Amino acid sequence: MTLLVDVFTVLTVAAGIVFFVAGTAGLIRFPDTSSRLHALTKADHLGLGLVVLGLLPRAESLGGVLRLVAIWGLVLASSAAAGPMLARLARRGARGG
Amino acid sequence: MIADLLIVAAIVALALPVVLARSAFTAVALFVAYGLLLAFAWVRLDAVDVALTEAAIGAGLSGVLLLGAARRLAGGPPVEDAPPGKAQVALIGVGCAGLAVALGAVILALPDPAPSLAEPVMANIAAIEVGNPVTAVLMGFRGLDTLLEAAVLVLAVVALWALAPDAAWGAAPGWRQPPATDGPLALLARVLPPIGVVVAVHILWVGADAPGGKFQAAAILAAMWLLPWMAGIAAPPPISRAWLRIVIAAGPVAFILAGFAGSVLQGAFLAYPPGYAKAVIIAVEVVLTASIAVALALLVLGPPAEDRGA
Repeated sequence: MTLLVDVFTVLTVAAGIVFFVAGTAGLIRFPDTSSRLHALTKADHLGLGLVVLGLLPRAESLGGVLRLVAIWGLVLASSAAAGPMLARLARRGARGG
Repeated sequence: MIADLLIVAAIVALALPVVLARSAFTAVALFVAYGLLLAFAWVRLDAVDVALTEAAIGAGLSGVLLLGAARRLAGGPPVEDAPPGKAQVALIGVGCAGLAVALGAVILALPDPAPSLAEPVMANIAAIEVGNPVTAVLMGFRGLDTLLEAAVLVLAVVALWALAPDAAWGAAPGWRQPPATDGPLALLARVLPPIGVVVAVHILWVGADAPGGKFQAAAILAAMWLLPWMAGIAAPPPISRAWLRIVIAAGPVAFILAGFAGSVLQGAFLAYPPGYAKAVIIAVEVVLTASIAVALALLVLGPPAEDRGA
């Protein structure tokens, strides 16, 4: 049972890291602000989501589980809000500048 | 070990461009990332209290203050600096190298094992009645330091308000923000504050026995106050309001009163009566949190300005 949990954690956290690496590569390599933001928010949402999913079975209590999910939810909300704001700012800068 | 080396390498790799960056905005953005990495290093050192403070105050709040400063500087006339001469460059280089060598020598000369007060703290922690040794040190053994830190914030707000032009004195601080009626900011400003306030109260409350405390809680509270202001759905109160000034001063005043109560009852400033130490500490911390939160938010808002257009 612990082996299964270990395998599950390693697989999901590794998958999460793949998204973070891909998001970082996109942030550096993509040509314009919108695609860079797209890469970045994908890393936040899916990468962190998978890491949190992998850590859930290791939480010590129900409170720990709820905290992990809350952290993911708060990061989702903040990056979902920051992404469009940055995109709007970049578009205004491109138009006005 | 490899993970720690990677973190150290990343911190150094970020610290260099912070110093070398040409534009103030770039430097501040990198400084915030640097602060978050530093917080990560503190977690690796098992100093979770320091990590929380670094992330909330060092990276978050200082970052916002520096961004505001960079924006104000960008509006002014460009600073014309004469490039330094060769002798000056050589002098700066020698000075920096000397300082680096001296610091390195001092660090290498530290005794091993390092002198530590951790054992006496753990031996006497029962007298302070809180489970978190960091809180015991901050509010008990070194309570005077914390008292002075809190008083410094009051002075910082006074100094900031002193920058207000005469015509704007007593008005609301900060620029008026255009109201965001829809979009992500408006949603965030309505949804996040209730959650943030609960998190802040939680961090303050668990600070007695687990990592957390008033500065971290106050930074979150200040952010939750600033968010509706940024979205334009709440205006900051005018600085002439009596309640605002009372809240700013209440924390340090409560702390000083608790200190003098110790002088009278226990014979030493900031000595807590046995059996009531935890109650006194938590009461002082709650009032201090309110004061620090309001002071931090006011520091971000800036002085009242004459031109209140966006």
